[in-house]
Amino acid sequence: MNPPGARNAEAAKPEQPVLLACVDAGKRFGGVQALDAVSFAIRRGEIYGLIGPNGAGKTTLFNLLTGIYAPDSGQFTFDGTSLAGLKPHQVTLRGIARTFQNIRLFANLSALENVMIGRHARTHAGVIGAVLRNPATRAEEAAIARRAMELLEFVGIAARADDAAGSLPYGDQRRLEIARALATDPLLLALDEPAAGMNATESRALATLVRNVRDRGVTVLLIEHDMRLVMSLCDRVLVLDHGERIIEGSPAEVQRDPRVIEAYLGAELPASGVAKTGGAAT
Amino acid sequence: MNALRNHPQAKWIGVALVALALLALPFALASAGTAWVRIMNLAILYILLSLGLNIVVGFAGLLDLGYIAFYAVGAYAYALLASPHFGLHLPFWVILPIGALVAALFGVLLGAPTLKLRGDYLAIVTLGFGEIVRIFLNNLSTPINITNGPRGISRIDAFSIGDFSFARTDAFLGLTFSGPVKYYYLLLLVMVAVIFINLRLHDSRIGRAWEAIREDEVAARAMGIDTTRVKLLAFAMGASFGGIGGGMFAAIQSFISPESFVLVESVMVLSMVVLGGMGNVGGVIIGALLLSFVPEILRFTVEPLQQRLFGRMLVEPEVIRMLIFGLALVLVMILRPGGLWPSAVRRRELSAGREAR
Repeated sequence: MNPPGARNAEAAKPEQPVLLACVDAGKRFGGVQALDAVSFAIRRGEIYGLIGPNGAGKTTLFNLLTGIYAPDSGQFTFDGTSLAGLKPHQVTLRGIARTFQNIRLFANLSALENVMIGRHARTHAGVIGAVLRNPATRAEEAAIARRAMELLEFVGIAARADDAAGSLPYGDQRRLEIARALATDPLLLALDEPAAGMNATESRALATLVRNVRDRGVTVLLIEHDMRLVMSLCDRVLVLDHGERIIEGSPAEVQRDPRVIEAYLGAELPASGVAKTGGAAT
Repeated sequence: MNALRNHPQAKWIGVALVALALLALPFALASAGTAWVRIMNLAILYILLSLGLNIVVGFAGLLDLGYIAFYAVGAYAYALLASPHFGLHLPFWVILPIGALVAALFGVLLGAPTLKLRGDYLAIVTLGFGEIVRIFLNNLSTPINITNGPRGISRIDAFSIGDFSFARTDAFLGLTFSGPVKYYYLLLLVMVAVIFINLRLHDSRIGRAWEAIREDEVAARAMGIDTTRVKLLAFAMGASFGGIGGGMFAAIQSFISPESFVLVESVMVLSMVVLGGMGNVGGVIIGALLLSFVPEILRFTVEPLQQRLFGRMLVEPEVIRMLIFGLALVLVMILRPGGLWPSAVRRRELSAGREAR
């Protein structure tokens, strides 16, 4: 494995085409401007970080992107077409998969069934196919099960395939959520604080998994509080504070930026401690 | 026992034995009185209803307290198209699909405005829907007489194919086939089809989408599931089974009125689903059989038993029926909260709940 700095420098390839472009996204809740004219672009094949203190607008941005809220202003363009007016399931069909900050698995279904449900977006059998179970449906079902099992192996929990999702240990539930999201064949995988509640070992294993996801050709959007994870993993990072874009750049650039330091630590502290204490400050 | 179960042919021998028993059943029942065949037929109708409701409640997790409305829609569809009321006498194999379709349409009609509701709130709206349908049936006699109001519709045609009528008694191969016995075989056929459809739907892409919605609707949407469509599909599928059941009910009874479709009937069908085991086809069938047969057995035993013990009737069978019914429900919910034969998912849910406590 390359040291994080080297990987970041090597992976920032400006010639990669833009996968997701967000222009002037804004959202207001009552008197609170949760997001104010935020623009950014995610390129194909990168791991793009989104950080900011609590209340910075990260989750709002996430919810605008995935169609849970409609933006008051601004425009999301994904893979060349606008996402305006799409419902969450249509966003998934376009190729954006997500995980949830508070894990939302189908807790009483088996791990395998969870991932199989993820295949819903890319399969077609309807009522008639289900009842007749014709060769096409049977082939599709077999492919669904095969693919689901393959994804469980990919995230490393194939041994727990038949266990209820809710009975898995915390780290495995996070992995299962990623496998389920990958089952929708996304171009972009959006992870909402995947390392929340993980210890250092678990979050290192998560980092490896996220890199493996990227190496499969899936672009990753990572919202995260764990600063060390973001800095070691991401090619570029966008920092939000109070709903506004502060800076976008490589982890090294972001860490040096006085506005980021101010947002996280307050203005008067010296700049040196950000990388180490930033995570704890959130 | 295990050796038997592992035998590759054991399953098919078992199926053959059950099939034989089901084929011979009406003759055994008829020897105890034709009334028992009729009771069995009603029990099968309740199985059809329970399996239909099971799709909505058990699979998709949408609590529906007005399910009997679809039964009513199917029954009235048949009654209006095959009785002297309008002078129409279409064959049953034309009307039953129409009834199923109309019921499915009503299912969508109920489903569409309730898409955002869950749990208690959905239950309240569906309860209202059931009552609205019944009240409409009661009052659609003026200004144009469509449903004949509370007097109901009588002299509804029996099922017939060409010269073969389901109401007549025929002799065949030295056996006597009375009307109820013929209906029994038809109901059995429909029931097997409905069970088959239920099982297949459950283990399918659509079935998994229903389960996903029941477990977590937000996550289901994030998986690309169009929850609007999939929920409406559950309502429509469930309702269409109710519609077919209703059509058969109208033909078998040859008389229907709004009184047959009161709230208690909805509650009864829901109780069958819950008591037997929500989401599990086998459990639901057992629930429907138990709740249809036990009251009838009581009806025939309570009176003679009291006569013998006390020399006279102290408590009406109806009262005891409701008493035992209530007691049984409470006991099942305490001792087996997942139902008599719970689905695997419900078992997991309940055991997870215990661990958490």
